[in-house]
Amino acid sequence: MKFEEYNYWLANLDKIGPVKIEKLIHYFEKAEHIFHASKNELMAYIMNGYDNRGKLTETDIDNLMNSRDKEKIKKNYDKLKNQGIYFVSKEDSRYPINLKNIYGAPFALYIKGKLPEEQKKKIAVIGARECSAYGKEMAKYLAGALAGEGIEIISGLARGIDSYAHEGALTACGVTYGVLGCGIDICYPKENINLYMEMQKDGGIISEYAPGTRPLAGHFPMRNRIISGLSDAVLVIEAKEKSGSLITVDMGLEQGKEIYALPGRATDRLSEGCNNLIKMGAKLVTTPKDILEDFIPNYGQKVVESKKNNKLLETKGKIVYACLSLEPKHIEEIALETNLPLDALMEQLVLLELQGFVRQAMKNYYVTRE
Amino acid sequence: MKGAVFMFSKAFSAAVHGIDGLIVSVEADISDGLPLFDMVGYLGSEVKEARERVRIALKNSGYMLPAKRITVNLSPADIRKEGTAFDLPVAIAILAAFGYIPEESLKDTLIIGELSLNGNINKVNGVLPIVYSAKQQGFLKFIVPKENAREGAVVCGAQTYGVTSLNEVVSLLNNNNQVEPECVDIKELFEHNEMAENIDFSEVAGQMAAKRAIEIAVSGMHNILMIGPPGSGKTMLAKRIPSIMPELTFEESMEISKIYSIAGLMDNKALISKRPFRSPHHTITQTALTGGGRLPKPGEISLAHLGVLFLDELPEFQKNTIEVLRQPLEDKSVTIARLNATYRYPAGFMLVAAMNPCSCGYYPDRNKCNCSINLVKRYLNRISQSLLDRFDICIEALQMNYKELQTEQKQESSDDIRRRVSIAREIQLKRYEGQKIWFNSQLTPRSIKKYCKLEPKEQSLLEEAFIKMNLSARAYHRILKVARTIADLEGSEQIHTKHISEAICYRSMDQKYWGE
Repeated sequence: MKFEEYNYWLANLDKIGPVKIEKLIHYFEKAEHIFHASKNELMAYIMNGYDNRGKLTETDIDNLMNSRDKEKIKKNYDKLKNQGIYFVSKEDSRYPINLKNIYGAPFALYIKGKLPEEQKKKIAVIGARECSAYGKEMAKYLAGALAGEGIEIISGLARGIDSYAHEGALTACGVTYGVLGCGIDICYPKENINLYMEMQKDGGIISEYAPGTRPLAGHFPMRNRIISGLSDAVLVIEAKEKSGSLITVDMGLEQGKEIYALPGRATDRLSEGCNNLIKMGAKLVTTPKDILEDFIPNYGQKVVESKKNNKLLETKGKIVYACLSLEPKHIEEIALETNLPLDALMEQLVLLELQGFVRQAMKNYYVTRE
Repeated sequence: MKGAVFMFSKAFSAAVHGIDGLIVSVEADISDGLPLFDMVGYLGSEVKEARERVRIALKNSGYMLPAKRITVNLSPADIRKEGTAFDLPVAIAILAAFGYIPEESLKDTLIIGELSLNGNINKVNGVLPIVYSAKQQGFLKFIVPKENAREGAVVCGAQTYGVTSLNEVVSLLNNNNQVEPECVDIKELFEHNEMAENIDFSEVAGQMAAKRAIEIAVSGMHNILMIGPPGSGKTMLAKRIPSIMPELTFEESMEISKIYSIAGLMDNKALISKRPFRSPHHTITQTALTGGGRLPKPGEISLAHLGVLFLDELPEFQKNTIEVLRQPLEDKSVTIARLNATYRYPAGFMLVAAMNPCSCGYYPDRNKCNCSINLVKRYLNRISQSLLDRFDICIEALQMNYKELQTEQKQESSDDIRRRVSIAREIQLKRYEGQKIWFNSQLTPRSIKKYCKLEPKEQSLLEEAFIKMNLSARAYHRILKVARTIADLEGSEQIHTKHISEAICYRSMDQKYWGE
């Protein structure tokens, strides 16, 4: 059996997770040695025992002994290859260095597409599943702008902000990676299948779970450590006071990553988490520049495109555009603010929409397009 | 047959068939033989029971029936007779056969009414359509229950006598005229109605966009869907729609009254003089909505004929219940087929529906709404795309804020809006004269080409919108129809860009504009 096949066997043992494996490898040096170790040797390992964390039990040893079926291991490993899935273990030189040093780093990763490149800057863009139109637009905009500057976007391919971050990066022809909380061959949630396929072309899909693993609730907080571990910084778009995204932030902080947060209004429940982060010292982000200046030396010198578009010709259109923002606004509110009669207002809105300056977020609610 | 008693008489009555009256002749024959009272002629069970009611009512009114063989036939004998309206004509025919009533007085008289055992006459349903049809077939005199007399009296040229007891009818037919024909002043009826109007658009604060959309919808009889959070005034707006519809003409009023008469909803009124507003609860069944039953009766959609059918909380309706609306919306009538007959009820209503944007009602306000995008989508998906396609106009009603509610600004009254609507309607009537089109909403793709001609500038706007906004062919036609109405409201024969832009804003929902 080959080197990676031994690792593959080790990664797929029942009830033996990354911490136990790390201890084993530390003791036996190589997965191959563990594979060939006799029961006495293994018992001796337990006796020598280190601390309680990552200690093997006797059932673990029975498990380990019973799973030494070379044929089966080979067959399964080949199957992975046939499915276009790469297997990279911690012992492999391709394993991301960023990730190697975090606590409980996964022993093995399954990859479709490729792994993030070491020399490239990477940022995790995360946030609520049930996001607002504001969060959606900002996630797309920021991820797109960052990806356009060559920064790789890492997120969790979940609904809401995650999806929009990936989407924004892809629209800007950037590179983006998704870390799954289920087997690499499962697209969850299903509606993201387009993203799932599209991301593999330039970026990749990453999971620590073996193919076929179902998306269980417990997996998702776990994969957050990979999201933050792979990245150089974490950007939170929208998070409620008690949000899963904050787990990623905590892990990022533990791993010593920079935290960025998009502010919201004080009354918006969806921005409470972000606003709290800012209070605690996260960097407040309103434009991509706020991040880029930290990532790219001398970025400030570059001319940044002005946020509001001035290409509009007609004054009426300008008035209408000026009163719109990323917050969805109803026709009626726009009419009250601009004092335009409804028919004239609608004419302007349709024109702006056709010119690509505004978008109908939902029926009769308009937002600007970044 | 020498020496045999030969007594025969014939009275006229009528049955309701669809929304028309069908003349039924009631023949009575008295002959020798075993004493017997028999009724034939394809009778429903309540008509068969008339035998007992008639016999006892005759006795209690002071008539003793000799021990003869009495046979009553209701012809045409191949149409099933239902209802209690035949009691009185059967009794009269028998009395005439015994000679209590001169045969000739029954000739051009139509009689309907239900008998009580004491000889009193109770009200029946469907008097108006019966009198209306019979009048056209040459009947002049109508004897109907007192409670229904006003209904019959509105038919021009019909002498309608409202009666309360069997004896009164007998003396009336013997030309002892104590009963005067009922008389209704139609003009006064319509004027009186205006005074009763007490809901008005001026009571709704704000909601400019929704009001404007409703005005356009009413002008062209477009169906309209209102979406909005709870308490944004959707129901309030919908209830006021009839108040801006043009006043009913006599013919329209007649058409509506016929349906209400059949449904037994006249409440002693002579005519329905207000535009109907029907708002069935969402637990309504298919049959109650379209009409039907073993004895077909008009349903809510027919009761809303020439008025408004308002479906509040549209997604809460049973899916199969609202889907049956599709065909009546196209045909403006509903056809109910039964083994014995096929009934057609008019159903030319304007469909107004209201719904929340999601199950909690507050999407896209994320401070209040916790629904996931999928939940929101699922909520919308309860309504099929093909039904959504029937709504020419779709408007989102905005949550009212305190400032708007407090505003002192004078709101437009229903009368002002109605004046504009009436003008737009007249323009349409004139344009489509001689064709089977009355409103812009009825335009077919072919007639759209003819009546919604666009200049190059407008053409290019629509083309751009069609491509950029991913419109379907259906949406394209709807936009043109609505733009036509908006132009009509402004009195412009040519459709301009602003009319098209506005129509685009009102275009019915494409699923992708929802919770994307």
